[in-house]
Amino acid sequence: MATARLEGITKSFGDVEILHGIDCEIQNGEFIVILGPSGCGKSTLLRLIAGLEKITSGTIQIDDRIVNDLEPAERDIAMVFQTYALYPHMTIFNNMAYGLKIRKMSRAEIEKRVQKAAEILELTPLLKRKPKQLSGGQRQRVAMGRCIVREPKLFLFDEPLSNLDAKLRVQMRLEIRKLHHQLNITSIYVTHDQVEAMTLGDRLLVMDKGLTAQIGTPLDVYERPANIFVAGFIGSPSMNFMEAQLENDGRSIRISKNEALELPEKGLPEFNGKKVKVGLRPEHFIICDPKEAQINLVTDVVEKLGADTLVHGFSQESKIAMTARLDGIQHFNRDTVLPFRIQSNKLHIFDPDSGKRIN
Amino acid sequence: MVHNRPWLTLVTHAILILGILILVFPIYVTFVASTRTVASILASPMPLWPGMEMVDNYLAALAGPSKSVGVSVGHMMLNSLIMALGIALGKIAISLTAAYAFVYFRFRFRTFFFWMIFVTLMLPVEVRIVPTVEVAAKLGLLDTHLGLILPLIASATATFLLRQFFMTLPNELCEAARVDGAGPYRFFIDILVPMSRTMIAALFVILFIYGWNQYLWPLLITTKESSYTMLIGIKRMLDVGEGQIEWNLVMASTILAIIPPVFVVVIMQKQFVKGLTETEK
Amino acid sequence: MEQQRVVFSNKVLPYVLIAPQVLITLVFFFWPASQALFQSVLTEDAFGLSRTFAGLYNFTSLFKDDVYLNSLGTTAFFSIAVAFSSITVALLLAVMAHRVTRGGTIYKTLLIWPYAVANMVAGVLWFFLFNNTAGIIAYFLRVMQYDWNHALNTGQAMFLVVFASSWRQISYNFIFFLAGLHSIPPSLIEAAAIDGASPFRRFWTIVFPLLSPTSFFLIVMNVVYSFFDTFGVIHAITGGGPDYATNILVFKVYHDGFLGLDIGSSAAQSVILMSIVVVLTIVQFRYIERKVHY
Repeated sequence: MATARLEGITKSFGDVEILHGIDCEIQNGEFIVILGPSGCGKSTLLRLIAGLEKITSGTIQIDDRIVNDLEPAERDIAMVFQTYALYPHMTIFNNMAYGLKIRKMSRAEIEKRVQKAAEILELTPLLKRKPKQLSGGQRQRVAMGRCIVREPKLFLFDEPLSNLDAKLRVQMRLEIRKLHHQLNITSIYVTHDQVEAMTLGDRLLVMDKGLTAQIGTPLDVYERPANIFVAGFIGSPSMNFMEAQLENDGRSIRISKNEALELPEKGLPEFNGKKVKVGLRPEHFIICDPKEAQINLVTDVVEKLGADTLVHGFSQESKIAMTARLDGIQHFNRDTVLPFRIQSNKLHIFDPDSGKRIN
Repeated sequence: MVHNRPWLTLVTHAILILGILILVFPIYVTFVASTRTVASILASPMPLWPGMEMVDNYLAALAGPSKSVGVSVGHMMLNSLIMALGIALGKIAISLTAAYAFVYFRFRFRTFFFWMIFVTLMLPVEVRIVPTVEVAAKLGLLDTHLGLILPLIASATATFLLRQFFMTLPNELCEAARVDGAGPYRFFIDILVPMSRTMIAALFVILFIYGWNQYLWPLLITTKESSYTMLIGIKRMLDVGEGQIEWNLVMASTILAIIPPVFVVVIMQKQFVKGLTETEK
Repeated sequence: MEQQRVVFSNKVLPYVLIAPQVLITLVFFFWPASQALFQSVLTEDAFGLSRTFAGLYNFTSLFKDDVYLNSLGTTAFFSIAVAFSSITVALLLAVMAHRVTRGGTIYKTLLIWPYAVANMVAGVLWFFLFNNTAGIIAYFLRVMQYDWNHALNTGQAMFLVVFASSWRQISYNFIFFLAGLHSIPPSLIEAAAIDGASPFRRFWTIVFPLLSPTSFFLIVMNVVYSFFDTFGVIHAITGGGPDYATNILVFKVYHDGFLGLDIGSSAAQSVILMSIVVVLTIVQFRYIERKVHY
């Protein structure tokens, strides 16, 4: 159990700066997920926290210690690697015991801890085997077992589920969550998969190109994305974007001659007349009476997924590509015109230049 | 196998058997000669089945000095064995540590030292044989086991191969070890070396054979009969000038000289072939 | 994101780790090699008492020396003969062994072990077989009215050393050819068969070209082998003769340096040998590099 604090973290490799200043405070027992696309620097950040790379500037604090110059082994952290990194020539037992042996723990204590971890992770019958005899999911659990026995202050996860097939991934997600409830160790988890992030994280740190895009709970990030990047990254299928202009004293946005949407309450009077970017999630399109339609969607491709149906098409007037989500299985022919109205409090308004949210 | 042409299969096997015969024939004849008396060998033609003198010949060769060489073959075998093991193990040891340094550490002049060692790949010892003998003599290494061994471990083949091998090992393994708390020593001993087992085994076979079969270098660095290696001994037995070559002992010694390396190759055939083909390129 | 090779941060340890190899390389490689370069431009008198700088004298006199030129030619012939014969036989055996599905390992084991035999021992074996008084093959040749005496006949001497050297090298080449054949995707052969190509044609138009990196590698390795590793067979059987017929370069270096005590000339010969090897190695690396990057 520990707190952690990142202040002004920057990292450069030679002349190339990868991280441009990351700040974050992590609470005791929190499970925080660092989420972002490939190349945004999330793995680099994790490795800096672990001590596998040296910081260029800033401080990393674990509990009350500044750990910038400490070796990974001295920071009291444990890490699960993307490829599990199990020692192929050692048995599962020895794989888990290795870190403890180095710390000169007694045989009895090592035995106790390894057995306990094996029990929690259901690895007890496999202790005498070697990694190559285990399946992907089992190896993953061994990697976690190696961390658990150390009873560290911080758990670090580097995209641990990306090498598993889809079904296994869902299963392991639940197991990680259960484990966290059981052990309550502060955890930092890196992934590019937003579903993992949304289901596992107490809070998310969304990163884009070496900068923090947003820090917040999953629902925060989903319902009130702070900028265009986060809005488009979170949510599947992704948010629809369109260009519009604020008018009517900031109370409505006009997309085209016959398409305008109302903003809730007083709207945004201070931005009246401004060109903005509007975001709308597919599930917030509501089928309505053609007379009340705010946006008419001309269907192009319909994806029937079973539990819901995705309608891809173009708005009738402005010809903007959009996707709407409808419940259950629906059948539409191509070029059907679907009338939709929009929940006004579900609109996301962004400044097109800075990308920041303005409502 | 695409078509089923029986005559082609027959030819295939025939050629292979012929090849094996050509390879085996001299050894067989030599073996037969090693079990006969000199007189029986000189009888024209020598009978092609083994004689009765096997135990006599081998014992005579192993135990005592012969008319042509003052030391026993057994003694020379020991010299050869020490030389072969020394070269194999010595080279593996210094190459393991050197390759480890080049791959897992960053240090000034790393590139310089790398090329310095790499250059040795290009020049086998035979090319610089005369001055190397001078150097060894100056260092007092004539007629010593160290003298047999040291100069031959100077080439960088094993270092280069181990370096290439280390570079194929996943990064994350080393990182996991660091997180577990392993420093450079523990990582080397607990993880790197055990994982390199097959590579080390293959290198051992290649280097042992290389060392055991050395001829020119031991020839030059030994002056006393007691330091002779097996191959030198055999040559001396042939060098009797006007006298009678003790063919039976020569052949027995030859067989004895062949057995250890062949044994090593056959036992470790799989690792050996894998190591040779995957690394010599 | 670029993948950094993980490194430890110790400052002194790496130097300690490379020290043994560096030390040995300095003492037993650079020191002698530089000595050779140094000595090659000097002439010493017979007692080693005085030395005079001689520039390229040693080199030029070598190229005027008939014996040396003969040695160059002999070595060239010898290495081509050994390389050619051992490569072709090995290729044939490898192709045959590759076709065998059952019992393949037995054949393989039986064909690989000669690698363990020293070149010098190979020489002794065949020397015995062809020896006039004791050899079986010599006996049969006599029965067939063929006069064999490699101690007198230069062609026979050359034949003997080539044969002995190739005999041993066949298994080395065999190992590599077999590995090369295994790495050719069977689907290529099958496609050719469907196209109607006979086994013979399939071999020459598909298998052989795909084996060319292996073949090239082996040519270089065989040439290096015949330049240097064959000292044993020459020393053991012919001593460079008769009449300098088997006086290959490496043997001459030894002979002049140790028996003839002409340090300068021997050093010059070493330098020339060094240059040949360097050129061969560079050629090999260049070719392999280019072939690997299709």
